Amino acid sequence: MGQIIFAVLLAAGLGFFAWNVRKVRSNILLGRDVDRSDNKKERWKTMLLVAFGQQKMFARPIPALLHFAIYAAFVITQIELIEIFVDGLSGQHRIFRSSLGGFYTFMISFIEILSVAALIATVTFLARRNLLKVPRFNMKEMNGWPKMDGNMILFMEIVLVTCIFTMNGADEAAHKQLMGSSDPYYGFTISSLISPMFEGMSLESLHTLERIGWWGHIIMVFAFLNYLPYSKHFHIVLAFPNTYYSNLEKKGRFTNMESVTNEVKLMMDPTADPFAAPPEGAPEPQRFGAKDVTDLTWKNLLDSYTCTECGRCTSSCPANLTGKLLSPRKIMMDTRDRLVEVGDNKRKHGADYDDGKSLLGDYITEEELWACTSCNACVQECPVNIDPLSIIVDLRRYLVMEESKVPSELTGMLTNIENNGAPWQFSPTDRLNWANED
Amino acid sequence: MSLVVPTMAEMMAKGEAPEYLFWVGCSGSFDDRAKKITKALVKILNETKVSFAVLGTEESCTGDPAKRAGNEFTFQMQAMMNIQVLDGYEVKKIVTACPHCFNTLKNEYPELGGNYDVIHHTQLIQELINQGKLTLKGGGTFKGKKITFHDPCYLGRANDVYEAPRALIEKLDAELVEMKRCKTNGLCCGAGGAQMFKEAEKGNKEINVERTEEALETSANIIATGCPFCNTMMTDGVKNFEKEDSVEVLDVAELIANAAEL
Ligand code: SF4
Ligand code: SF4
Repeated sequence: MGQIIFAVLLAAGLGFFAWNVRKVRSNILLGRDVDRSDNKKERWKTMLLVAFGQQKMFARPIPALLHFAIYAAFVITQIELIEIFVDGLSGQHRIFRSSLGGFYTFMISFIEILSVAALIATVTFLARRNLLKVPRFNMKEMNGWPKMDGNMILFMEIVLVTCIFTMNGADEAAHKQLMGSSDPYYGFTISSLISPMFEGMSLESLHTLERIGWWGHIIMVFAFLNYLPYSKHFHIVLAFPNTYYSNLEKKGRFTNMESVTNEVKLMMDPTADPFAAPPEGAPEPQRFGAKDVTDLTWKNLLDSYTCTECGRCTSSCPANLTGKLLSPRKIMMDTRDRLVEVGDNKRKHGADYDDGKSLLGDYITEEELWACTSCNACVQECPVNIDPLSIIVDLRRYLVMEESKVPSELTGMLTNIENNGAPWQFSPTDRLNWANED
Repeated sequence: MSLVVPTMAEMMAKGEAPEYLFWVGCSGSFDDRAKKITKALVKILNETKVSFAVLGTEESCTGDPAKRAGNEFTFQMQAMMNIQVLDGYEVKKIVTACPHCFNTLKNEYPELGGNYDVIHHTQLIQELINQGKLTLKGGGTFKGKKITFHDPCYLGRANDVYEAPRALIEKLDAELVEMKRCKTNGLCCGAGGAQMFKEAEKGNKEINVERTEEALETSANIIATGCPFCNTMMTDGVKNFEKEDSVEVLDVAELIANAAEL
């Protein structure tokens, strides 16, 4: 009976997860193309350092260590999870124990110690989020769901770890009763400290307790898995592809707009016919810059799903630090929210459906965009190599080139460049005057 | 000492080609404060007999502020015009004292066909000192002074140049003190991304005030930088705290020119 329930749960859990992952993937692929297939060696290296080794987290050592404890526990627990899956499907209890012997005890003990470290980290993180009032966790964009999301996952973590220890502790106590002095202990470091608490219980209730822990654990695992695609915690998966596809160019280099290059070349070529019709079958010209998520690149969209909402970007943003509306984290959260909306609309109403809304305007305002100094602090800070600046620039490009919506002082600057080759009103003939002044 | 500033056109007329093109930039050409930085650099180039020339009236804005403001048309028009001029003179190496020009010429011109070896003036000066071409007599008038370096975003984070300017300051007879946020964590002066040319959006503080406050906390006597825009912003910040009598804002080139008694 238990095996059947488990099999159904497993199929449903994995199936629903796969369905959600496909949805996310198709959403990301709504973006424009960008080539990140070069330089594979450098990409693997970046992924290993930044995602696997969490290199950029260590700019802030204390949260980095705590976060690393949760991460390491999470990764290593997967080994125990395999065993639990086998147990669930076949009913065989702790199958690795007989074959691995002493190493098994060491391995489970190691997992247990990491789990305690993770538990401590989780409680600290909960306190930090809710009691310490770290400013970056309490900004406007974190109100409501994002705040709950952050707490929920930490809460799930606590339940999960509690289940593991209930399971192992009760199992340890039952084992002792069964085997007596011939083989008294599993000897797992932490649960052998817990098991004395269960000593007076009957074998039957110990077994029930063990099963409660077991089922509790596995249900939490499935819940967690399927919660991921709706949560900022999806970063535990997406951090890997996202860092692999990082921008490897110098941060100061903004992308070149090919479509503009073609037009400028035409304008500068005296033999070109400015009124020539575009060649037959030429693709419809793309909009300049970005108005909505579908005008961004798939990497921008992958960025948005990878964002952990940690706010490191915003807490280093000069505009945000001085009270401006701009928050690079909000740029990423808005992009994701809008992408989910656009994706759902397309699935519900067909690919051409237009809900009359757009990322620019309905989510991100002009005031936010014009506050950016393009300083790259957000890009530098992001622990998973997200680039909020490239979204900001593409939205600006749309505003300026498609809608001519430019702050008036900037219009002056642009006219000056066009007319006299400098952002100020100086005559180009005076450019060398400095050499003869003292 | 009067400055020797040959132009590319003059050089070409004589059938010569300089090693470096000195890209002066709009600030360096027109802004009164930035012109002093330009001249300090020329003094160093003259003293070390570096073969260089400027474009003079043939130079035009790189297009950086237009690109950052989102106007790719204006940027590319400027870039293509400049590339025509640069290629006409067969320019290979460019040195500039403006990190914005530096970034644009180095990173954004290649895709439009302009390929040059571009360096920032602090990198060139470092090279000259390392080669023994420039000696700092007595280390200048900096004895006992504290100098802090403000990283320009387009030199530091944008192009990973953090060491050259610091190496130069360390050659002076002064103490280099770092601000809380420095190098990769450096805080912007507030001028980048075309902000230089407009009022800031509504907020509770100006960015340059925030940054200057941090610089003043180090109790430095000199705020050094390597960008004409940063220079303007920090100078304004110092004025805001009415500290202009005790704290100077200087470009690294000016510090070196002073120390070399040029
Ligand atoms: S690049 Fe723009 S958004 Fe990012 S930190 Fe700098 S000012 Fe803020
Ligand atoms: S963009 Fe990066 S730094 Fe900013 S909140 Fe998201 S994960 Fe954190």
